Amino acid sequence: MNGLAQSPMLPDLYTVQQVRRETDDTFTLELGLAAGRQPFRFLAGQFNMLYVRGIGEVPISISGDPGSPETLVHTTRAVGAVTRAMRTMKVGDMLGVRGPFGVGWPVEQAVGHDVLVVAGGIGLAPLRPTVYQLLANRDRYGKIVILYGTRTPADILFRKEVEAWRARLDIEVYVTVDRATEGWHGNIGVVTKLIPRAPFDRTRTVAMICGPEIMMRFTALELEKRGVDTDHIYLSMERNMKCGIGLCGHCQCGATFICKDGPVFRYDAIQGLLSQREI
Amino acid sequence: MHTLEPILAEHPFLKGLKQEHLALLVGCASNVRFEAGAFVFRQGQEANHFYILRDGKVAVELFAPQKGAVAIDTYGEGDVLGWSWLIPPYHWRFDARAIEPTRAISLDARCMRTKCEDDHELGYELMKRFARIIEQRLDATRWQLLDVYGVRS
Repeated sequence: MNGLAQSPMLPDLYTVQQVRRETDDTFTLELGLAAGRQPFRFLAGQFNMLYVRGIGEVPISISGDPGSPETLVHTTRAVGAVTRAMRTMKVGDMLGVRGPFGVGWPVEQAVGHDVLVVAGGIGLAPLRPTVYQLLANRDRYGKIVILYGTRTPADILFRKEVEAWRARLDIEVYVTVDRATEGWHGNIGVVTKLIPRAPFDRTRTVAMICGPEIMMRFTALELEKRGVDTDHIYLSMERNMKCGIGLCGHCQCGATFICKDGPVFRYDAIQGLLSQREI
Repeated sequence: MHTLEPILAEHPFLKGLKQEHLALLVGCASNVRFEAGAFVFRQGQEANHFYILRDGKVAVELFAPQKGAVAIDTYGEGDVLGWSWLIPPYHWRFDARAIEPTRAISLDARCMRTKCEDDHELGYELMKRFARIIEQRLDATRWQLLDVYGVRS
C-alpha cells in the first residue's frame, strides 16, 4: 500500500483535478493529492481499485508517470456502471482509491536490452508509465520500439503523445489500424504484422505486451516466431479482479491470482492460462 | 554485370531458396517503381505479376459502391504483394495502390508458372511460401473481423 490507508481494503479519498476525453469512449482522470499527503509512488504496470460511492469499485491501471507521483492518473474506457459513472465526473468530485496493487513491468530487468512495447487499443494506458520510464532513462536501454494497434484512427489513445514519440529520433514508433478512415495514410492491419520487420535484436530484447487477450496471444506467438525467448516476453492480464490483494479468489487461476501475482506476467509462466477459456 | 539475384536472395520471402531456383526467378524479375497514387493492379484485371516490395507502402483496396475505395490492408518493405497469379483464373480480387513512392521487384506470372511447371521442386517451395502468406493474411482478416479492440460491456 502507499502509506496512508490503514487497511488495503479501505479506500482513500482523492479529488478529481482534471478530466480529459481521450477518444469517443475513453477518458483520463487526474487525481490530486490532499495537502500534506505523501506522493503516490507506484511501479509502471500496477493498478488501483477505484471506487465510486454508491456504485462500486473497478481495477484500473495507472497511466501516469511514475516519476511524477504527486499526480495520480488513470485512463479507462466507459464500459460498465462504475466506469460510466466515472466518465460523468467533474473537477472537484471525490473518488475512492485503493492501491497500488500487483506486479509491474520489468523495466529494471530490461536495462541493457532492446525493449519492444506492443500495445493494442486501451492497452496503451498501462504501458504508458513504462514508456515514460524508458524515455527518462533512455541511455540505459538499447533500441526502443513501440508497436501500437488500434481500431480506427479516431481511436488512437494519447494521440499527441504518440505523435511526439514518433517524432523522436531515439525510438521507433509504428501505429496500425484495423479499419482506415479517410485521410489515414498509415499502416492498416493487425499489430502482429509489424513484428517481422520491427528493428530489434531478437537475442537481446525484452517485450512488453498489453491489450485484448487474443491480441496478446497472437503477438507472443509472432515474437516466438521471430526468435524472442518466451522468458523475455511479458504481458498484462486483466481477468476478474475484485479485491486486489488475492483474498476474494475472483481472479484465481489454479495457484495464480491475477491481482496479486500479476497483472504483469512472464509469458512462459502464464502461457497455459491463455488457453483457459472459462476463468 | 549486376543482377537482381542478391536483392532477391536477401528478401525475407525468398531467404534460403536454393541458388539454382533463385537463378530461375531472376529470369522472370524486373525492377519497377510506383509513384504515390499509382495503381499497382486493379480488381478484375489479369494477374500477370506479383511483387516483392523493397520499400514504400501499398494499400490494398476494395471498391464499394457509395463508399468508394476502402483500404483494407497495407504492405511495405519485406512484404509480398499478390497471390492471385498462382490460382486460376488468375484475376486480381482487389485494387492495389501505392500510397508512398514504392520500389519493388516484379515477377512475371506467366514466366513463373512455366518455371514452376517445369521444376516442381521450385513450384512446391514457392507454393509452401505462398501458403504461409495466405494463412497469415486469413488469420489477420479473421482477427480484424473480430473487432478485438471494440467496446465490451
